[in-house]
Amino acid sequence: MSSVRIPPVLRDAVGGSRSVAVSGATVAEVLGDLFRQFPALRERVSEGGELSRFVNVYVNDRDVRYREGLETPVGDSDTVILLPAMAGGSS
Amino acid sequence: MTDQIPTNQTAPQPPVREVTVADALRLAQQGYRIIDVREELEWNDGHIPSATLVPLGDVLDRIESVVPDKATPLLIHCAAGARSARAVARMQSIGYTNAVSMRGSTLDWRRLGGEWEAPQPLLTPDQQRRYSRQLLIPEIGQKGQRKLLDGKVLLIGAGGLGSPSALYLAAGGVGTIGLVDDDTVDESNLQRQVLHTADRIGMPKTQSARMTLNALNPETRIIEHRERLTAENVERLIADYDVIVDGTDNFDTRYVLNDAALRLRKPVVHGSIYRWDGQITTFAPFAGPCYRCMYPTQPPDELAPSCAVAGVLGVLPGIVGLLQANEVFKLLLGVGDSLAGRLLMFDAMSTSFEEVKVWRDPHCPACGEDSPFATAPAQAGAPVEMAAR
Repeated sequence: MSSVRIPPVLRDAVGGSRSVAVSGATVAEVLGDLFRQFPALRERVSEGGELSRFVNVYVNDRDVRYREGLETPVGDSDTVILLPAMAGGSS
Repeated sequence: MTDQIPTNQTAPQPPVREVTVADALRLAQQGYRIIDVREELEWNDGHIPSATLVPLGDVLDRIESVVPDKATPLLIHCAAGARSARAVARMQSIGYTNAVSMRGSTLDWRRLGGEWEAPQPLLTPDQQRRYSRQLLIPEIGQKGQRKLLDGKVLLIGAGGLGSPSALYLAAGGVGTIGLVDDDTVDESNLQRQVLHTADRIGMPKTQSARMTLNALNPETRIIEHRERLTAENVERLIADYDVIVDGTDNFDTRYVLNDAALRLRKPVVHGSIYRWDGQITTFAPFAGPCYRCMYPTQPPDELAPSCAVAGVLGVLPGIVGLLQANEVFKLLLGVGDSLAGRLLMFDAMSTSFEEVKVWRDPHCPACGEDSPFATAPAQAGAPVEMAAR
């Protein structure tokens, strides 16, 4: 099992967890398992069945955009990080 | 009996010829070569520009290589006239025939209009004392501190992130700090915006910030920009600064700032916060990824609430803001490794840091190959791990 790091803004969709254990050998499989466990999350971060453009996906510290996208392999000890932009600042 | 004095001394020495400072000035104008016999430390504090330094202790060893012709007319001076007289005596003992000693002080020389060259000290005595703990650090020292004092940093927002940044930038001697904020101090700000105080509620934040920062460091030049950063004013606002610290509260402003900073080649130190989490990175224009490389599309509002909507732990902007200030110090000093190409994430709940690589996107609409203001082509998929510049 690998793990998916859930960003703060999406934690309410996974019961508040920072990290969720998932199975799958690629990013697509890992996200599929994650969305099966937490269907509400799927709606928050996908558009037309695809992962929304505003969510960055990393396997460990590497952005999958510069690897093999959703086909990027995920090993058992890897961490998948979902990372939407944060706006918060000064006000 | 004989008039001859039995002695083992060499030839008797003629008396040392001494001249007043006024005469010395005339001799200098007539072309007498000037030899300064003070110590190097005294020379470094100021000297006659046309003089040559030969400290008294070195005269016998060095004067023949400095002035090979022993008939050369020489004006010898020190700080007051004692060492120069001894220097002339020593020079006469090895055959110099035309050396005179200036009897009088270099202060009088300057008073009478003699040429003088004093290096501009990098730091004043006050600055030496105030920044003494930083001056001890090899990577800073006097030159680094001078860079900080000459540095100009613009903070977008004088709130949660801007407060700790500005306090430490001013304390550390960053010479000019600009603050862009059109807001006034609200009671709900005080939980984290430590520039402001309870008796300043209702006051413009930039004014409150200036009061706090100048109380801490009266020398810091604080420039208030009481306006909101927009596409119309952004270039005017950032043009005169070396580094921009982004602590804004919305995506529109971050994209506007990103594009203008690329156009004007200004590094941007980015910080954002949400409840218990913070993100920090540095955008180095065309050398590392930009904000649009990292986040090409902004999330819908419900996924990106501001602090006013979502809440924020008070210490979080303190920690993130100081990490931003740390980036600024390195950028101004030109030392260390910046966060360019790295997004640092801080989780206050678990007290842990995590880092992901941010890559420059060759197709980025702002800094990619087709960028309207690009010069350096982006390399496809190249990780950026660059030194701070």
